[in-house]
Amino acid sequence: MSAQASDTSLTAGRAAPLVLERRFGALRRLLRDPLGALGLVLVALIVIMALGADILSPYGPNVTNVKERLQPPSELHWLGTDQLGRDIFSRVLVGSRIALWVAAVTSFFSLIGGLALGLIAGYGPRWLDSLLILIFDSIRAFPTVLFALAVVTILGPSLGTIIFIITIFNVPVYARIVRTQTLSLRTTEFILAERSLGAGPVRVLFVHMLPNVIGPLLILASMDVPVVITIEAGLSFLGLGVRPPTASWGSILNDGYAFIRNTPWMVISGGVPLILATLGFTFLGEALRDAFDPRLRKDV
Amino acid sequence: MLIYTARRLALTVLILLVTMTLLFSMVYLVPGDPASIALGPRATAAMKAAFRERMGLNDPLPVQLWTFISNVLRGDLGIDVWSNRSVTQIVLEAMPYTLALTGVGLGWAVVTGIPLGAWSAVARNSWTDRLIGVISVSAIAIPSFIVAIYSLLLFAVWLKWLPAIGAGDRGDWGDQLVHLLLPAFAVGLGWVGYIARMVRASMLEVMGENHVRTARAFGLPEQRILFRYALPIAILPTIALLGVGIGNLLSGAVFAEIVFARPGVGKLTYDAVITRNYPVVMGSVLITTAFYASCTLVADLVAAWLDPRVRASL
Repeated sequence: MSAQASDTSLTAGRAAPLVLERRFGALRRLLRDPLGALGLVLVALIVIMALGADILSPYGPNVTNVKERLQPPSELHWLGTDQLGRDIFSRVLVGSRIALWVAAVTSFFSLIGGLALGLIAGYGPRWLDSLLILIFDSIRAFPTVLFALAVVTILGPSLGTIIFIITIFNVPVYARIVRTQTLSLRTTEFILAERSLGAGPVRVLFVHMLPNVIGPLLILASMDVPVVITIEAGLSFLGLGVRPPTASWGSILNDGYAFIRNTPWMVISGGVPLILATLGFTFLGEALRDAFDPRLRKDV
Repeated sequence: MLIYTARRLALTVLILLVTMTLLFSMVYLVPGDPASIALGPRATAAMKAAFRERMGLNDPLPVQLWTFISNVLRGDLGIDVWSNRSVTQIVLEAMPYTLALTGVGLGWAVVTGIPLGAWSAVARNSWTDRLIGVISVSAIAIPSFIVAIYSLLLFAVWLKWLPAIGAGDRGDWGDQLVHLLLPAFAVGLGWVGYIARMVRASMLEVMGENHVRTARAFGLPEQRILFRYALPIAILPTIALLGVGIGNLLSGAVFAEIVFARPGVGKLTYDAVITRNYPVVMGSVLITTAFYASCTLVADLVAAWLDPRVRASL
């Protein structure tokens, strides 16, 4: 076991300068792409908002002040106040936390689930592959939001339900990519050589297949972040996501929608960060894909 | 083509059977009493007992699954607990509104997206191309419900050009069309971007192919090459994509119907979720899923009919 570990670290050490050079080259390409750079700035902004929400927000996100309800933007309340007199700027800051949290957690679960099922489908027996593919296709056959509504009716609205829905919907996509990669790797010479040397399926899958399939998967995950953020905000906008009084961009939009005629700044304040976040992550994801996966690069 | 059609059809039937089983198991394998879930918190013990008897909940699980699937296949999706009407009828009454919305939404996406993509490919790597590229990506990225809310705010509340809510007067086609404009704009905007990108990519591929080069070598005018030889082939992959598009637009329609208070399957399902009207939620999810599956089936068949290479892939 220890011999194996030192063996892999040795090869990793030798390959390091080359890998580093490749990564830095990719990073340079990423920054040279103006949209990629813009995406990076927007994402950094959202992350700073989420991390610094406690220091940056002038009021508590759930502190009500009925005397100052539905105030327009002013020096005291930069983005105005909502129907309970809560400071919208503070709620927008805290809302970025929910968005990033849901994106991180669902990406993690989808990656794990997609990797496991994809490797099983691609490397396991044929009947299991067919069965898994059928289940994946069936899950994807539901229109997303309607399926989400059905699940919410059964499990009840909560952040956990949202994470469950998005993961269930993402795993088939990730698993399919892993499966395709695994199938094409299965007959490559280095895998055949490893198997003829007596390596078991666990070693083949985790030591040799995994490093080769994880790259495209991470790029896919980064491109999926805006979709995840949108679903969370969408369900919270419908009142079927995070529970009140928790602030989410979707719940701010939900509160604001009821007062759209006279106090439009609530929907504007809830929607603009959502637009900036989805644009930022999309630009960054596309630039990452172009920089790290040259096969998918534009104009090639 | 016949073999492809048969296999593709069989696959669709199989997928629909699995989706029904998934929906069934969601209700019956989740912890808690299905009768309480279906009837909601206000149900009495006697009501629950009667419901269990009526729905056959005391039967063994495989029997229940069989009854459920055979009922669905006969078009019987159960009875709405509140109004005592057939769920199938309720959903089918709401369907035309949603179909009109998704149809017009997809229509404007196709009519705008294809020329944008073609233009982008022709002006490859120019500023126009880059601008169309950025607009396309942004249109895809921005959530459709935000587009719905902001277009409501801009065109209905501030400018007062278009009506904000409802589907228009029954029988007045002009009024219904005017009520359709904003929701269809919101639902279709993302697909303008998708289609433009798709057409651009396949157009660039087609323009490098031999028949286009030959046409150019024969000295045909560039316009004729583009519209007669390149574009018709470049549109093919988009046709297969439109099937998927319908599913996407159905999801967007849920939001558009709620934001613009339009009747439709999305609004119906949402209202049923809020009142925990379980049979209606399940019924509308099943019918829209079946509709979506038939759309992808038709799109795939058309794509296979137009392009023999697709047939080999199944």
